[in-house]
Amino acid sequence: MTDLELKKIANEVRKGIVTAVYSAQSGHPGGSLSAADIFTYLYFEEMNIDPENPKKPDRDRFVLSKGHTAPGLYSVMANRGYFPVEELKTLRKLGSRLQGHPSMQYLPGIDMSSGSLGQGIAAACGMALGAKIDNKDFRVYTLLGDGECEEGEVWEASMFAGAKKLDNLVVIVDNNNLQIDGPITEVNNPYPLDKKFEAFNFHVININGNDFDEIRAAFEEARETKGMPTAIIAKTTKGKGVSFMENAVGWHGKAPNDEQYAVAMADLDKISDDLNKEAK
Amino acid sequence: MSEEVKKVATRESYGNALVEYADQYPNLVVLDADLAGATKTGTFKKAHPERFFDCGIAESDMMGIAAGLSTVGKIPFASTFAMFASGRAFEQVRNSIAYPHLNVKIGATHAGISVGEDGASHQALEDLALMRMLPGMVVMNPADDIEAKAAVKAALDYVGPVYIRFGRAACPIINKPDYDFKIGKGTVLREGKDVTIIATGICVSASLEAAEMLKADGIDAEVINICTIKPLDDELILASAKKTGKVVTAEEAFVAGGLGGAVAELLSEKLPTKMTRIGIHDRFGESGTASALIEKYGLDGKGIYASVRDFVKA
Repeated sequence: MTDLELKKIANEVRKGIVTAVYSAQSGHPGGSLSAADIFTYLYFEEMNIDPENPKKPDRDRFVLSKGHTAPGLYSVMANRGYFPVEELKTLRKLGSRLQGHPSMQYLPGIDMSSGSLGQGIAAACGMALGAKIDNKDFRVYTLLGDGECEEGEVWEASMFAGAKKLDNLVVIVDNNNLQIDGPITEVNNPYPLDKKFEAFNFHVININGNDFDEIRAAFEEARETKGMPTAIIAKTTKGKGVSFMENAVGWHGKAPNDEQYAVAMADLDKISDDLNKEAK
Repeated sequence: MSEEVKKVATRESYGNALVEYADQYPNLVVLDADLAGATKTGTFKKAHPERFFDCGIAESDMMGIAAGLSTVGKIPFASTFAMFASGRAFEQVRNSIAYPHLNVKIGATHAGISVGEDGASHQALEDLALMRMLPGMVVMNPADDIEAKAAVKAALDYVGPVYIRFGRAACPIINKPDYDFKIGKGTVLREGKDVTIIATGICVSASLEAAEMLKADGIDAEVINICTIKPLDDELILASAKKTGKVVTAEEAFVAGGLGGAVAELLSEKLPTKMTRIGIHDRFGESGTASALIEKYGLDGKGIYASVRDFVKA
């Protein structure tokens, strides 16, 4: 898939995120939007998956360790064909399969229930270990928040992944630099993230996580990396694509009102128009 | 208790059972958190090193790893002391194992005050209560070697999360080798008409001793062994309570929320019955030998005898 095609899909994923959170009047748009390009690359380019057969035994696994950005995961899954895009509007509503945080009990295609920060990466380590035990070649991907790296369990799991040489595991940190209470450097500085993962025996790749060239190169490099897990530290813009949400700490976990929703969708429609022009 | 009665610590039974069932259950894998020598998973490690994974001193992480392993078809037994399995890693057990109802088995050793000399920091007394609160979690507290091995086998056959509590101290074998163990089923070990003693874990053999002593006071006690705290054998307990009209629970755990709590909840709703709870009452443990502590807290035969006698005669 070309970068332009991926950009178009990522923009549709962003529209789904904003629409889902607007419909729910609840949820986490900022970190879903920042990671939309990573979600898109994973589900449309990188992972061996089949939306028609979400429990295919040899599929690659994905664990959304930063589970609060479920709208991003749900939107990419809907756009990939796991369920109708229209269903995104049921997010967080009573009876919906789209729980506030991902639940494997509710929605086929969710490989691990998550939401309590720090826990997803540990489960991802277990999956990667399971593949090693059985000499299976599926790969395991897990997306963490940068604020999430303040959780001790992230480093317990990282120590295990490094010690057990889980080279079938890729940890991606959505480094958008903001958490609920403010910039991560002001709340409880987890930097330097790259040096920390290096110290835990990871191969570390620093990229711009909103650039498909760099995302592609990083995942290719991860595949080539043997004998150690890979950590991709992806610098991103929180709220990416929606003018008033970009780099705004207040949009971590807040839904747009009618007026804001109209502006957000206009912003994203404009991006669609620009991408279509680029195509011609 | 006669001298000939064989004694085995249920943690030994745990390690032996894992080895015994390894071939029959090729997906069985064992995790530990740097306590393999103490939890006796070291026995399994020696027999099947390729299926044993030490997670180091990181119990929360171990529970997550177990969860992940179960999603790819393994049957992981995550092993550590009951204190850390149910306490430190509680939220990982709740959110990464119980909530997704994953096929993870938690082998929690060194439960209760019979940990002994290590003292209160290592004496899990709240584990039964904590684990019992989790939807879908099976909670078992075997009374002896035979029951401990049977519980491991039953956990292997059951699909879903299971917490099994094992002890550090050797305890007498009271069940018969042909014991037909079933999750959720209690057993009447001694029939009686005056009072029902519902016991779990190491308190089962002590309750049988107490029942013998009670005969001299003209008290005919029924003794029920409840290995599965959840799901509780409601039917058996209600039938016995109806028969005797007096119920005593006995456990090496906090009476709040444990077996005593579970039985009190059941009886107060279904069949209000005069009852008392033997166990640890709202205080932490302390250092001492296992036998000295069991005696001090009234969990040995004599202690249970005295409590039941006073309760019946009151």
